[in-house]
Amino acid sequence: MTIGQNRWLPHVVLILGVIVFVFPVYLTFIGSSHDAATIGRGQMPLTVGPHLIENYQQALESGEGARVRGTPALTLMRNSFIMAMVIVVGKIIISLLSAFAVVFFEFPGRMFFFWLIFITLMLPVEVRIMPTYAVVANLGMIDTFAGLTIPLIASATATLLFRQFFMTIPDELVDASQIDGAGPMRFFWSVLLPLSRNNIAALFVIMFIYGWNQYLWPLLITTSRGMETIVMGIVKMVGTGDAQTDWNLLMAVAMLALIPPVLIVLLMQRWFVKGLVDAEK
Amino acid sequence: MRRRTIYRHKLLPYLLLAPQLAITLIFFYWPSAQAVYQSLLIQDAFGLRTQFVWFENFQVIFSTPRYLESVRITVLFSTSVTLLAMGPALLLAVMADQVIRGATGYRTLLVWPYAIAPAVAAVLWLFIFHPSIGQIGQGLRALGIPWDYRINGNQALFLVIFVSAWKQVSYNFLFFLAGLQSIPKTIVEAAAIDGASQARRFWQVVFPLLSPTTFFLLVVNIIYSFFDTFGVIHALTEGGPGRATTTLMYRVFRDGYVNLDLGSSSAQSVILMTAVILLTVIQFRYIERRVHY
Repeated sequence: MTIGQNRWLPHVVLILGVIVFVFPVYLTFIGSSHDAATIGRGQMPLTVGPHLIENYQQALESGEGARVRGTPALTLMRNSFIMAMVIVVGKIIISLLSAFAVVFFEFPGRMFFFWLIFITLMLPVEVRIMPTYAVVANLGMIDTFAGLTIPLIASATATLLFRQFFMTIPDELVDASQIDGAGPMRFFWSVLLPLSRNNIAALFVIMFIYGWNQYLWPLLITTSRGMETIVMGIVKMVGTGDAQTDWNLLMAVAMLALIPPVLIVLLMQRWFVKGLVDAEK
Repeated sequence: MRRRTIYRHKLLPYLLLAPQLAITLIFFYWPSAQAVYQSLLIQDAFGLRTQFVWFENFQVIFSTPRYLESVRITVLFSTSVTLLAMGPALLLAVMADQVIRGATGYRTLLVWPYAIAPAVAAVLWLFIFHPSIGQIGQGLRALGIPWDYRINGNQALFLVIFVSAWKQVSYNFLFFLAGLQSIPKTIVEAAAIDGASQARRFWQVVFPLLSPTTFFLLVVNIIYSFFDTFGVIHALTEGGPGRATTTLMYRVFRDGYVNLDLGSSSAQSVILMTAVILLTVIQFRYIERRVHY
């Protein structure tokens, strides 16, 4: 729309929008730089306070405040990172393999298996949460990384995305590799994988966020402090949210919970947008 | 769909599919079947005896006033979240589409909230809406509004709706912006030359062309508000005060995990699964039709 438009109105609206998004994160950051008493009195100023470094040090190293008994955020972040990475790498590997099988091979039951995977697209883990929890419990995987990650690794989204991409690969490429004497796995490694780089990067971003931000699943699966992830850890630390709790510490942990995924989106924005748009088609 | 050249191996394709299928069968189909099976059973309070009861759990659920109350809350909650997450996103996308310079800059500034977990978003806003220490919470009280979402059910519902929508705006914005940018400028300019006002150009030209995106987002947002908002509700209100913010998803969790009523919880899961499958089927059918026209 280039004709007869108001020049400044879009900027005003957009800047207002940005403020609505930045405002709570800014206040959280400010909260993480004061001491608990200042916040507890309800008199927190809107500028950075003097306790920034010590708050983060306390959050990372002990996670314990006067009224909060938490886990060191370093442990929480490590657990979240392991969980997110295992889910991402696992999803990408098994989806690449299954898409490769479905697109480049002819075998009995091919479409049946494809549909078997495809249908899982419809049901998020939350819907079947209690029976899935029971299966994990029966397998003795409660409070382990295996229990945290393996059930979330199956991915119809990634399989579909890779299938879509593989179908655009010209037959000539397969022919050429066969003439050169390459078998299917060699073709997979030396041709398909390098070609899939952009798709892998795009999936990496959205799947990492998916893994890092899991909440209900780790809430059910972890039973010991040392296994908690940061997203569930921060909510547990907040508890009932009394005025007289260690808000400075809580806000520092909240910042640590949101910084890694936000950074990934900002730094890998191109792949993030591609991943999001592709995954939904 | 079919390729001309394909590999012919007896075993290899099955080996390639094995990991994905194993995980899908063990952690997806088996529990889903369990949910359906358990929804037809009643277990006594000690878990010692189980009885097959056909659809009694469903009958009980649909005749329980509290379940119907959750249905009402979920409808109100989901409608509000969807409208509140899509409306502002569309407005922002239309504005960003008009900005010639700096559109990508605004996109960067508006997409990052997607990366914040719903539960963490809840903690951020809790700090702001806290009745005694939050900036807005205190402000509301100073204005004479008795703000305390921990006591007032309507305020609690408002807060979980607001936080859930806030987190989802960036996602919708991204899709609306992509949709708007794919509309040829010439069409809009032609309407302008014909003398259509800016508002008319939007509602009669741009908005109809955007309808596939809008419809797609509608389904995604409804599913989001059903399930992903669990973290927001659990962190902010735990379904309360009373049952003011107990959505269907929250009920499944509470009846199954807290009250250990597996039969009822499974039956509720089955109802939710059916709802999601219906929504997804509607979406696929719609997209299919769009592709073919």
